[in-house]
Amino acid sequence: MDSLNSLMDGFGTALTPMNLLWAAIGVLLGTAIGVLPGIGPAMAVALLLPVTYGLEPTGAFIMFAGIYYGAMFGGSTTSILLNTPGESAAVVAAIEGNPMAKAGRGAQALAAAAGGHFIGGMIGTILLVVLAPTVASLAVDIGAPDYFAIMVLAFIAVTSVLGSSRIRGLSSLLIGLTIGLVGLDQMTGQQRLTFGTLELADGIDVVIVAVGLFAIGEALWVAAHLRRSSGEPVPVGRPWLGKDDVRRTWKPWLRGPLIGFPFGAIPAGGAEIPTFLSYVTEKRLSKHKKEFGKGAIEGVAGPESAASASAAGTLVSMLTLGLPTTAVAAVMLAAFQQYGIQPGPLLFERESELVWGLIASLFVGMVLLLALNLPLAPVWVKLLRIPRPYLYAGILFFAAVGAYAVGGEALDLVILLIIGLIGFGMRRYGLPVLPAVIGVILGPAAEQQMRRALQISDGSVTGLVNTPFSVTVYAVIALIVCWPLVRKLVPGRRKQDEETKVSV
Amino acid sequence: MTARPNTPANTPPSAPPKEETSASRGASWLREHSELGVSLMLFVLGVLVLTDALTMDVDITQRGPVGPKTVPIVIGIGLLVLAVLLSLDVLRGGRGESETGEDIDLSEPSDWRTVLLLAGVFLGNAVLIGPLGFPISGALLFWGSAYALGSRHPSRDPLIAAGLSLFTYFIFNNLLGVPLPGGPLMGVI
Repeated sequence: MDSLNSLMDGFGTALTPMNLLWAAIGVLLGTAIGVLPGIGPAMAVALLLPVTYGLEPTGAFIMFAGIYYGAMFGGSTTSILLNTPGESAAVVAAIEGNPMAKAGRGAQALAAAAGGHFIGGMIGTILLVVLAPTVASLAVDIGAPDYFAIMVLAFIAVTSVLGSSRIRGLSSLLIGLTIGLVGLDQMTGQQRLTFGTLELADGIDVVIVAVGLFAIGEALWVAAHLRRSSGEPVPVGRPWLGKDDVRRTWKPWLRGPLIGFPFGAIPAGGAEIPTFLSYVTEKRLSKHKKEFGKGAIEGVAGPESAASASAAGTLVSMLTLGLPTTAVAAVMLAAFQQYGIQPGPLLFERESELVWGLIASLFVGMVLLLALNLPLAPVWVKLLRIPRPYLYAGILFFAAVGAYAVGGEALDLVILLIIGLIGFGMRRYGLPVLPAVIGVILGPAAEQQMRRALQISDGSVTGLVNTPFSVTVYAVIALIVCWPLVRKLVPGRRKQDEETKVSV
Repeated sequence: MTARPNTPANTPPSAPPKEETSASRGASWLREHSELGVSLMLFVLGVLVLTDALTMDVDITQRGPVGPKTVPIVIGIGLLVLAVLLSLDVLRGGRGESETGEDIDLSEPSDWRTVLLLAGVFLGNAVLIGPLGFPISGALLFWGSAYALGSRHPSRDPLIAAGLSLFTYFIFNNLLGVPLPGGPLMGVI
């Protein structure tokens, strides 16, 4: 009941005209960004980090949340109409959505996706309201060793689960941790990797790292391999669903969140795996199995609902534990740090207005998304025609604005370019970007928590494992590390896994 | 961002060797194993971090059993270990999968000219933003980048660049309260 009251207060915050405006801007910007090829939600939020310098936190986070949900919807629009998924979460939408669009049922595919996002997001956010305060109150007593364990979990999960190579994931993580070392040691003021320069003593700002890796790195990488002939989007009218379609989609819409939400909440779960699982589930349960592969509407509705719910799940672990499970959550965590707010169990007590305003604005944003996207779909499609040189020049331009706004120093732009070139190299050689970003954001905090824990235990390593919570987390870590071995021992499971890889 | 590429093919940066001279074989071997450059970078980074950590003079300021050196040393050693592991992986035939995307065509070799041009334009912006101010340097950045990426509209490109740059300047400087240097142009207006 307590959380219901807080939620009502949250609506009071979210429904003020200013915050409503931020939610609308976020949703529109997010959808546009999701539709635009080459810009993912993480890059979008990273590029918008500089506005946090001039905005109060509640408005900024309401906008960021709108971008997150909007970009997911926009990404599936591109998938369906162009068959070129930009976001990993939208890959599945292309499998059934694009054949539907080609068969002249693009309007229905978009409507099924929009409905899925609305229902998935709603259910996911309701689960967030119910679960987050509970998780937070369970975790409220956690101390330095527990925080350290959670961060180690984030490091291990993000390097083990993502990408195909652990060595490359770990390399990326260590590059990020190294960047995080630059500057004055937080506990002793010792200079590290500053090479005696005053400019580096403050460390490299997280905004510059995020913008460099996500925006500059991506723009340069695309520039090196720019497709000279872009595909033509399938023209589409206003999305709508007939009675038959609704009969086929409502169950997948409701099933999606059950798969998506838990995956969003676990480290490195993200939206990629649950969308695919949802697709497989719908295929198995459908009465129209033959249509799968040729444009079955269930194959759009379920996965899209799962994707949206996974975004809500992501917010649970981000807000209650400070644990970012996706790239967007990582960048949002960086935004929290910009404001000097530490997400974690105490967030719900200390920043109750901000958190509940943010959660309430998710409901508002979902309604806005549905209300705006159905009529605006034909407009969004026009965005796909933007000349690519302008698009990527624009990304570079806004990246430069953002990095300069951090401190008004031209040197920051040079650092930004260097980090961008690192990001370029990482894309070229298959080093995932996310571990590096997580390393930069969580690295310094993890070091601090570890040293604090060891200070309390007077140097004894047992100080890191003397709480039930931290022991549990390390058990989970051990499980993740040993998972490949387990998988080899269970042959049936492995075969299915390979199957999924082949068909995606 | 880290989507598993949908296409099984990696970037084939090298065509099959045509001539069997030892020089060309060496070059193509290097090209095929260019990922060793990543190992080299990790190695150099590791040495750098370790040197910095070991030459740190920690005096009485140390509080607690773990000082400012410990974590850098661990990271440095980790980087060296990974450099070795990655080299072994590459020599055994392991390859990182290049990232795919909507506008990315991996069937063509990397277009280095565009990347270098863009990097140059970006550096130019870093140099010019002080003396010329953001509205001018930003417009040059956009125009130059669009040109490097293949846009060839002699009138439309600079107009869009100037419009975007001025618009952004006013949004950030006047609406969001994030100061950007106006430069001589804003001094005149």
